[in-house]
Amino acid sequence: MKKITTVVAVILSIMFIAGVAGAKDWKKVRFGVEGAYPPFSFTTPEGKLDGFDIDIAKALGKAMGVEIDLVAQDWDGIIPALLAKKYDAIIASMSITEDRKKKVAFTNKYYQTPAKFVCKKGAIKEFSKDAIKGKAVGVQRATIHDKYLTDNYGKDVNIKRYGTQDEAYLDMTAGRLDMLLADSVALSDGFLKKPEGQGFQFIGPDLTDEKWFGVGAGIACRKGDTDLVKQLNAAIDKIRADGTYKKIQDKYFDFNVYGE
Amino acid sequence: MDFSIIFGNLDIYLEGLKNTAILVSISLMIGLTLAIPLAVLRTSRNYLVAAPIRAFVYFFRGTPLLIQIFLIYYGLGQFEVFKASVLWPLFKEAYFCALLAFTLNTAAYTTEIIRGAIEGTPHGEVEAAKAAGMSKMLMFRRIILPSAFRRALPAYSNEIIFMLHGSSLASVITIIDITGAARIVNSRFYSPFEAFLTAAVFYLCITFAIIWLVNKLEFRWYAHLRPQDTGTADGGV
Repeated sequence: MKKITTVVAVILSIMFIAGVAGAKDWKKVRFGVEGAYPPFSFTTPEGKLDGFDIDIAKALGKAMGVEIDLVAQDWDGIIPALLAKKYDAIIASMSITEDRKKKVAFTNKYYQTPAKFVCKKGAIKEFSKDAIKGKAVGVQRATIHDKYLTDNYGKDVNIKRYGTQDEAYLDMTAGRLDMLLADSVALSDGFLKKPEGQGFQFIGPDLTDEKWFGVGAGIACRKGDTDLVKQLNAAIDKIRADGTYKKIQDKYFDFNVYGE
Repeated sequence: MDFSIIFGNLDIYLEGLKNTAILVSISLMIGLTLAIPLAVLRTSRNYLVAAPIRAFVYFFRGTPLLIQIFLIYYGLGQFEVFKASVLWPLFKEAYFCALLAFTLNTAAYTTEIIRGAIEGTPHGEVEAAKAAGMSKMLMFRRIILPSAFRRALPAYSNEIIFMLHGSSLASVITIIDITGAARIVNSRFYSPFEAFLTAAVFYLCITFAIIWLVNKLEFRWYAHLRPQDTGTADGGV
């Protein structure tokens, strides 16, 4: 009996030491990404992941001197999968909000853009709560836009929730939706500038209320991995300083996507 | 584990329950209504009658329900011609698309269940009906279909439960069914365990109700197979 106890104790302590050592020594960082949120994260026709988030992930990996792995994960399971250790950090245009901070630890922001509504050209003259009453508005489920819409217009509009932004675009062109609410850059590059987005326009003000839209998009890590957050923050500063960030930004946008 | 978020959002689940109940019951009813004549025609020796039904059943059993929903919901919306047609106001509604996909899907499976049961009719019963001078219609109505339904019931109860579980796919096309409610609650509180466990409990309760109903039906339909109570004067055969 005593022997077994000793063996178990030894095994447990080895596992414990290995676990602690593994947490401190990041040789390889697995990033969870979405892959259906152009231009930040999308899948090319060849089936490869590409986009602003993906390039930032690669640049951060280089800056940290670690190997990286990209894991595509659907949005509404992206935090649970992080907590279940399917990957170590999320780079998926995730806004830093109080709600999410309860579950995960965020780095500093790596970009910040406002949210906006989109409607059919000329469909809404002037934006107001009354003007959009009863309209079918598409949002991506579990996003800050979903929460903002539910909290502010939940009783006034008919909210349709989608698993990916791409599905919302499909239904907008199919005529099932009157409006969309999403990140302005995602809407502009992922929809309005595309052939299928012709005939649609932005409507209403830039939405930046910190209560819902947070302080920009950050990288989410598990709460215990403070060292990883620190390293990622240092890496963000590094790519901001050495021009890598600007190079990536200019590949996708013609304006300052980092914000103030 | 924090189930207070579930009780605080029970209204979302109740709406989900309502939508699941409506979608499943209507599609099962229409599906069964379609399946009976289809199954009868499917047993026809005339190839021109049986072949189209065979193709229909093959398609809907041979493809995943999710693909059928995507084809009907997103696929048809791609064609401008279709969007200009009189059918579009119907297909514009996610609810109708889900209902259509579920109905056709369950009709295909039920057709096969009933066809199997019809073909399993004992020859003796058919011969007896013929000997009694019954017309083909009368024979189907009085002899073949009633005995086929009895044989089909256990397999059909499976189909009812599969349809209930398949209906969770409605949540991918913006419908708030029980699964859709769980996804909303999960996305708002990042508590997948509580959110989906609650959905599971709802499905278990409905499944339990279905099993209870089928058992009741079996008890009545199989009355002639039960040991008869010979204690009373008019008992026995």
